[in-house]
Amino acid sequence: MAESILSLDSKDKKNMPLEYTTEEGDLRIVGFWIFLAAELVLFGTLFASYLVMQSHTAGGPTARDLFKINPVMAETIILLVSSFTCGLGTLELRRHNTKGLIAWLVVTVILGFAFIGLEANEFYSYAVHEGAPISRSAFLSGFFILLGTHGAHVSLGIVWVTSIIIQLAQRGITAVTARKAFMVGLYWHFLDVVWIFIFTAVYLTGLVI
Amino acid sequence: MHENENQAIKQEHTGFPWKQVVGLILSLGLTFLALWVAIGLSLPVNVTLTIIVALAIFQAFIQLFMFMHVTEGTEPVHQIIGILFGIYVAFAVVAGSIWILAHVF
Repeated sequence: MAESILSLDSKDKKNMPLEYTTEEGDLRIVGFWIFLAAELVLFGTLFASYLVMQSHTAGGPTARDLFKINPVMAETIILLVSSFTCGLGTLELRRHNTKGLIAWLVVTVILGFAFIGLEANEFYSYAVHEGAPISRSAFLSGFFILLGTHGAHVSLGIVWVTSIIIQLAQRGITAVTARKAFMVGLYWHFLDVVWIFIFTAVYLTGLVI
Repeated sequence: MHENENQAIKQEHTGFPWKQVVGLILSLGLTFLALWVAIGLSLPVNVTLTIIVALAIFQAFIQLFMFMHVTEGTEPVHQIIGILFGIYVAFAVVAGSIWILAHVF
């Protein structure tokens, strides 16, 4: 552990998973972790503003009026399972099994679409049927911005995973595509982590307070 | 240290994906446990919030270790420091905002 990356000889690197075997891939993965740390701070600010504004409903619908637990549980389970299928994709990547990796990534994208569909339906019913659009109160502004930012990240993730699937189909698993597939997996799991806190701090808290 | 990492990688080449399956079962279990604590039990609000936030943090660490392999890489200490600093700033922003503004409003 004491030796630095610079002193790691090529023999040691050969024992690492494929995405770490080039110095560029290795550094890019560390860089992506730093990006995720910054994303963590971004979501932290959105959580902070939501939680401060949560009780400011301006006489409009409250969290308890709006939230229904069944669609929220459906969204949560879909996203947790998609994180699992994405993890299985990374496992197939380690086994250098291109078909298995692509298959699990396709399942992940399908689950991502299901999640976005449910979330869009939830937003639509709040804004149109329940009289709770983004402009109704500070609570709803915070809610839509926090969940909308997460949903936009998932949508971007769907586009990104799809483009990685195309590259894997064309080029197979190389040091470069392995690094990309690993990074998109990190991104997807990170979005699941953010959702865990949305589930807890927004939905469950909204039903308790 | 390196030997252990190599063993882990070798194990991944064969067999049932236990790590991933255990991660999924723990995630779903903790989610339903949090739901039960919030809806099923009628504990005081502060107690409920403390328990469900603790469960969420535990679940986040499961994702980080079982799916994201945060301890992997040629020198994982760099990414671990980065993530810990991100957690620290996010926590300071969220807890600080609630602490200060709970008294203002």
